[in-house]
Amino acid sequence: MAAIIKQFTIYTVPFIILGVLIFGYLKGVKLYEVFVEGAMEGFNISIKILPYLVTMLFAIAILRESGALNLITAACAPALKLLGIPPEVLPLVLMKPMSGSGSLGITAEIIQKYGPDSLIGRIASTMMGSTETIFYTMAVYYGAIGIKKMRHTLISAILAHGAGVIASCIICRMVFGS
Amino acid sequence: MINIIWFFMIFIGFFLSFLNGSTDAVTNAAMKGGAAAVELTIGLMGIICIWCGVMKIAEKSGLTDIIGKILTPFLKLIFPGIPSGHPAMSAIIMNMASNMLGLSNAATPFGIKAMEELQKINANKDKATNSMVMFLVINSACLQLIPATIISLRAAAGSKNPSEIIFTTIMSTVIAAAVGFISCKLLEKSYE
Repeated sequence: MAAIIKQFTIYTVPFIILGVLIFGYLKGVKLYEVFVEGAMEGFNISIKILPYLVTMLFAIAILRESGALNLITAACAPALKLLGIPPEVLPLVLMKPMSGSGSLGITAEIIQKYGPDSLIGRIASTMMGSTETIFYTMAVYYGAIGIKKMRHTLISAILAHGAGVIASCIICRMVFGS
Repeated sequence: MINIIWFFMIFIGFFLSFLNGSTDAVTNAAMKGGAAAVELTIGLMGIICIWCGVMKIAEKSGLTDIIGKILTPFLKLIFPGIPSGHPAMSAIIMNMASNMLGLSNAATPFGIKAMEELQKINANKDKATNSMVMFLVINSACLQLIPATIISLRAAAGSKNPSEIIFTTIMSTVIAAAVGFISCKLLEKSYE
């Protein structure tokens, strides 16, 4: 099972890129020009996320270097063990609902520290892709249209986040072994 | 909300550094954090450009429209409150398609557009409708097919198989979305 999944994941990205290009070619799309046009948009997106990334990484560096993050992690570790969540990924679990770019920074750090192919690295990578930034999305989307009564948004989103976190740990252990 | 959290991150950090005498190191780390953010962005820029390029070809060739047509029946199931053919639906589809390709920043403009359209059919303008809450919660569980950013991060760190986490990501994101969907349906009556 795990071997099949590994093969599947190796071919997914080339398959998608080739599929899109072949479909575009058959439809007479000017592949080169359109790709450049899209890349230009990607460039602008990268520039736009830079200030958010600086803002979050600045705050995270202070929180981490002062030892505050370690204190919080140590306090929560026993409860997390019960749920099967490795304490090393806790900073990511806490950051993910708050900031996408901030959690990207934490993921980069976890991957660097434990290695991308370690169980911790794989769990962090999976977790990073499995949920979005709840507070950011709520602020931006509801803020854009002036919604003040959010009803059950936060509870449902946090439940989904928690499920994604626990599922990431269980599925990674099943696929990659502990 | 994020204002308070951000403030407290800095406040608690500096306060603790005064207590344990590491203020100098913390200040240094804070400044380096900014530099690290710039390096990270530059490193990611290439992969973001590549996926946006692929996305653009998918969009211009009509592939996203086809995906949209396939997804419409599922979306009708998830969002029964949106009338057929309403512009909110197509914005939601574009938003989800961007999320699926892992381009969460490209997804935001579509998400805002979808919210604006949903607001037009909202009777009580300062209260979120069931469709709005559902959209936000499903969005926060972000169904993702290719977590491009993570794959590039893993590749940069020297992973033997950077994209091996695609399957595990899809599985956990589906579980997160399912829990979000079910809790929305269960809670929407008690949070009128």
